[in-house]
Amino acid sequence: MSPAFTEALADLPDLARAHLLVSGCAVAIGVALGLPLAIWASGNRIVRTPVLGLAGLIQTVPALALLALFYPMLLILGQASGLAIPALGFLPALIALSLYALLPIVRNGIAALQGVDPAVLEAADGIGMTRRQRLTRIELPLGAPIILAGIRTAAVWTIGAATLATTVGQPSLGNLIFSGLQTENWVRVLVGCAAAAALALGVDGLLALVESGLKRRSRWRVVAGLIALAAALALAVAPLTRAAAGGETVVIGAKNFSEQYILASAIERRLQAAGYRTERRDNLGSTVAYQALAAGDIDIYVDYGGTLWTNILRRTDVPSPEAMRAQLTTQLRARDGVLVMGTLGFENAYALAMRRARAEALGVRNLDDLTRTAPRLSLGADLEFLSRPEWRSVQSSYRLAFAGQRSYSPTFMYRAVADGSADVITAFSSDGRIAALDLFTLADPRRALPSYDALLLVSPRRVADRRFTGAVQPLIGAIPVERMRQANLMVDRDADKRTPDEAARWLDPGGG
Amino acid sequence: MPPQPTPIFLEIEGLTKRHDHRAALDRVSLAVPAGQFVALVGPSGSGKTTLLKSINRLVEPDEGLIRIDGRDISDQPVARLRHGIGYVIQSIGLFPHMNVAENIEIVPRLMGSTEDRAAELLDLVALPADMAGRYPRELSGGQQQRVGVARALAARPRLMLMDEPFGALDPVTRDSLGSAYRDLHDRLGLTTLMVTHDIGEALLLADRIVVLIDGRIRADAAPAEIVSNPDPDVRAMIDVPRRQAERLAAL
Repeated sequence: MSPAFTEALADLPDLARAHLLVSGCAVAIGVALGLPLAIWASGNRIVRTPVLGLAGLIQTVPALALLALFYPMLLILGQASGLAIPALGFLPALIALSLYALLPIVRNGIAALQGVDPAVLEAADGIGMTRRQRLTRIELPLGAPIILAGIRTAAVWTIGAATLATTVGQPSLGNLIFSGLQTENWVRVLVGCAAAAALALGVDGLLALVESGLKRRSRWRVVAGLIALAAALALAVAPLTRAAAGGETVVIGAKNFSEQYILASAIERRLQAAGYRTERRDNLGSTVAYQALAAGDIDIYVDYGGTLWTNILRRTDVPSPEAMRAQLTTQLRARDGVLVMGTLGFENAYALAMRRARAEALGVRNLDDLTRTAPRLSLGADLEFLSRPEWRSVQSSYRLAFAGQRSYSPTFMYRAVADGSADVITAFSSDGRIAALDLFTLADPRRALPSYDALLLVSPRRVADRRFTGAVQPLIGAIPVERMRQANLMVDRDADKRTPDEAARWLDPGGG
Repeated sequence: MPPQPTPIFLEIEGLTKRHDHRAALDRVSLAVPAGQFVALVGPSGSGKTTLLKSINRLVEPDEGLIRIDGRDISDQPVARLRHGIGYVIQSIGLFPHMNVAENIEIVPRLMGSTEDRAAELLDLVALPADMAGRYPRELSGGQQQRVGVARALAARPRLMLMDEPFGALDPVTRDSLGSAYRDLHDRLGLTTLMVTHDIGEALLLADRIVVLIDGRIRADAAPAEIVSNPDPDVRAMIDVPRRQAERLAAL
């Protein structure tokens, strides 16, 4: 078996459990909320239209956006109310997925209740059933197959959408898919997809058993299906109770690219060696990661000077790397209580890059040269760059106007420049693929782009924890850019691929 | 005042119900002695069903008063009122997810009784006892309505409200079920109000015919007397079965 497969399998049980737990709870809440709503709406036309409309509207919001929306909402809510509302992880994922599960349950619930033969209802009223008796003895039993079909749809959708919960820091099978996609580890993607599909099919099959039991009035089918579902959920909850009994757990954050996975692994190994239990929150968005750190939802992660400078401090000037680092250290501490421990020793700057042959043919050596040729070229950017202040700064300094510009996830951005679909890309200076693809990085004579020192950031609640900061201190200044490039390449290259964990072991062999 | 020989069991006074400003019932008053079988006839939309449903409060009238056995029906919880009144409708409305026995015993069960009367009631409506475990969809229309009648009788009501109970059945079944029910009415000492479109059925089964037209009672008499009612509208309706019989005899 390949190491990638073994590693994916090793991660699978915990991720599958977390996945099942969050989607199971979401469907349960969807039922608990959706069924009463359907009962209310089916008997009340004034309520029905807005309820169905709202549920339909939620459904049209892409699941990814719905999940992302709840992070800032919970954050604001927590700040406004002064309560410790966890804005990252289980809670936002649960709320978003519950809302997502609502539509099929409400819609089928209303259809089921409205579909009951009026003659049967007249008879029920006529023999003196109360509203509650009519509901529990007539309408719900007769509507049960349709109601259950709605719950089945909700379950399958929710299990599918739960793969996206990874982006708000809730572990799920999406971890395998997202990290596999970023590092082009297709075995990991496949394992994640197959497991999510198997989970959906399994749950759907058990619900189908319950449904057929209700249809055929076969008690054993209903009971067997429900017992199996309850057992699966119990299995998913089991490790949580164990974790609650264990020692102190620290949370390591990572954004969504290879270097971040590798560095998070290196930090994780250092902390584990110091006796901490660790958890990971991978694939966080840029601003989400920093806010999560400031709020104490994660304890430590690596961010880049220029990113913090422009996105967090909203600065547009470009000071020297030393001045920027000094200002970040004092201002982030004063503003959010965040500790900037120092630079890891390398920079991962945005750098516009072209294939060397193409740059030479066009006579482009720096961004000034690009002003002239840009109207004939196409730009491939990562998913963030075009909406970042750095892009506005580059545009205004060099008056760049490309013939076309497209956004890619980093992996596909490098593919695009390699196969010629993009002429210029927003490469990362620590990326191993710059050398591997023989890319030429264009100089920035007007200093439009700030420096991007890789900085180790620690959350306010760990600032005073000497054991914690002491454990990761050896990483400061320990990683020269060549080593980082090589580690990145180990993960990103097509042949002889390594996992981020293996690359971290190579990068920081002293990490236990 | 001397005690009346047949006390009034059902008493309706000045009942008015308006649908969209049109009176479905216009000051209807009616007194029914215990044990009487009353047929309510009239054209579609004349208010027959509205009158019937006012008695078990499936319809709430705008004005007027109804007493059963001397008691105002709005004085008691609506569920308890309905438990005490048998209700049979044209579309039958058996509960498809319950078997015959469960359908029949539903009202006693709702009232908290655990008495097992399914066999006795099946016998009453001339159905074999082994039908108890069958489901409604396995029964013919006539059998279903016999179960419907058994369900209505299960809580030993004294008043039966029937809304075109045999209207959807074939003529032969309809005829036999009609006379079977009339026997039950007599045997159990019931008071029955039956809405019907079928004048022949009304004339043959009922003790008294009440003709409703446009929400008002236009005629109210025993079958033998109503055939000579001078009102042309009533006449036109009542004459239908006789003219049919004459034409049939001429064949």
